[in-house]
Amino acid sequence: MGVAAAPVVRRLPPSQAVPNSVVPHQSPPAPHPRVSLRALDQLWFQVAGTVCNLRCHHCFISCAPDNHSFWFMERETVREALEQSASLGVKEYYFTGGEPFMHREMVEILEDALAFGPATVLTNATLLPERRVRALARAAEASRYSLELRVSLDGVTPEMNDAIRGEGTFARCLQGVERLVGAGFLPIITTMQSWNDDETESILRAFREVLAGVGYTRARLKILPPLRIGEETSRSRGYDAAERVTHDMMVDYDPSLLLCSSARLVTANGVYACPILLDYPSARLADSLAEAAARPVELAEQACYTCYLSGALCSNMPTSGEVHL
Amino acid sequence: MIAPGGAPGRLGPEPLGCVAVFGGVYSNHVALAAAIEDARARGVEAMLCLGDLGAFGPNPDKVFPLLRDAEIPVVRGNYDDSISRGLDDCRCGYTDPRDNYYARLSYQYTFSNTSPENRKWMSGFPDEIRFRLGGLDVLGFHGSPRQRNEFLWESATPTHFLTKLAREHRADVLVGTHTGIHWKRRLSSQSWYVNVGALGRPANDGRTEVWYAILRADVRQLEVEFVPLAYDHQALAHEMATEELPIEFIDTIRTGWWTTCLEILPAKERARGRF
Repeated sequence: MGVAAAPVVRRLPPSQAVPNSVVPHQSPPAPHPRVSLRALDQLWFQVAGTVCNLRCHHCFISCAPDNHSFWFMERETVREALEQSASLGVKEYYFTGGEPFMHREMVEILEDALAFGPATVLTNATLLPERRVRALARAAEASRYSLELRVSLDGVTPEMNDAIRGEGTFARCLQGVERLVGAGFLPIITTMQSWNDDETESILRAFREVLAGVGYTRARLKILPPLRIGEETSRSRGYDAAERVTHDMMVDYDPSLLLCSSARLVTANGVYACPILLDYPSARLADSLAEAAARPVELAEQACYTCYLSGALCSNMPTSGEVHL
Repeated sequence: MIAPGGAPGRLGPEPLGCVAVFGGVYSNHVALAAAIEDARARGVEAMLCLGDLGAFGPNPDKVFPLLRDAEIPVVRGNYDDSISRGLDDCRCGYTDPRDNYYARLSYQYTFSNTSPENRKWMSGFPDEIRFRLGGLDVLGFHGSPRQRNEFLWESATPTHFLTKLAREHRADVLVGTHTGIHWKRRLSSQSWYVNVGALGRPANDGRTEVWYAILRADVRQLEVEFVPLAYDHQALAHEMATEELPIEFIDTIRTGWWTTCLEILPAKERARGRF
């Protein structure tokens, strides 16, 4: 896999490689590779904007209690997008933030979504009192579709997790997990890899032990690579200059591995290419979902490099090695 | 009836009234033989298989003569595609290290125990099979009509999504497998999606039977019957042990619960299982 910072050269097949003197007004090569939407399989909602009760040191969009750059979405706005999504053939819905359970109508919004298809909510699990968990369980039970709770936990000890997510969050998150498991959920525990590859096996074992300690014996775990933007740039490092997606890297690469080939993100302020690039104006595609679906995405940002290497890391299911007909 | 010679991927041009559809076989030749006998006894006019002949079970070459003798057309599954093309894995896409360990082990065993002749035969499998059932156009495929290894789980597949697939692929009835758990959904008055389940291993329901589907149509009304098939699962388990396949796989055959590769299950399907 070519990952060197080669100069951006657009390769043309010989039949098209005509001298400029013959076609004097040939359009200049696009500065970045472009990815068109193959099908709108995933519809993401920035339902809580950038508002979060925590202030994690690795947050790629720097969410915090006082980050109001994106505000909460109205339930009605979500419902309109859901209606529209049915005719577009969307396969699954994701709700993120910020912290989605900062939204006072989050359970109702999930009920709305579950009438259309499977829904996933990405949460820190610290705002899940018993009553809300029971309401979530009722919503899950009432739908033919799965409700997935994806819970962020970034360490196997309070020291390891709280250094990233804030003091006391390890215990509060585990309490949330315990309640979810008690209500019959099997949350997907997601964790950003902050360790070396050769430690993965022992870390996963430790995660299983910690989760079993709160009654979660069938833990579903998902490891995410760090996204070197937002707060993460000061926690670890930003991207090197060479770490970006070039035209050469797209040769023989299956673009369906990238989330932007099958997803769009609806926010209170327009439709974006993906949930990672919220802070990048280049990723804001259009005001409406239909327009944004029709518009290709430029892989202009360095975070695209992580997605390129890892495959659509935001999805619940592994997406590597698809076989298309 | 199946076209003379059992040309791969073709059922006869005349509309059928009743067909048996088998999902992933996963080298479970004992169940496949029982299913063929069972379907014949039920008077089906034709049988077809939606692919993934290998994986999981013992002695992969044993399923091929059964399919050839019964002239059963086979759709290309992701496993068949990988094995016949000599790819380095099954394209199951697991990321969990434990799931990946078992997937690789199973793939390597199947690959090294599938003869070159059978690999060549698989390379001729079509991506889909179309036929008329009563007055309905049926499309058979492995995962989805657009992607061979796409999972269509009951709790993770919206009705509007299936309706779009049926429209785009011009079919009244979509019939697939790949997930290993049978289910069906009526999309409109004359439009259906059917997942026929798998013959290769039980449906993660604590029962040792495996499942296949019988489709019947009178004019444009479809009837779907899921058949639980009891077979000599102890004989299969014994053969798997002789082949030194993982005890976790053998436990699944003996108990009806899935023990590995659970990462792909959505919440509802996962919650119904034991692990």
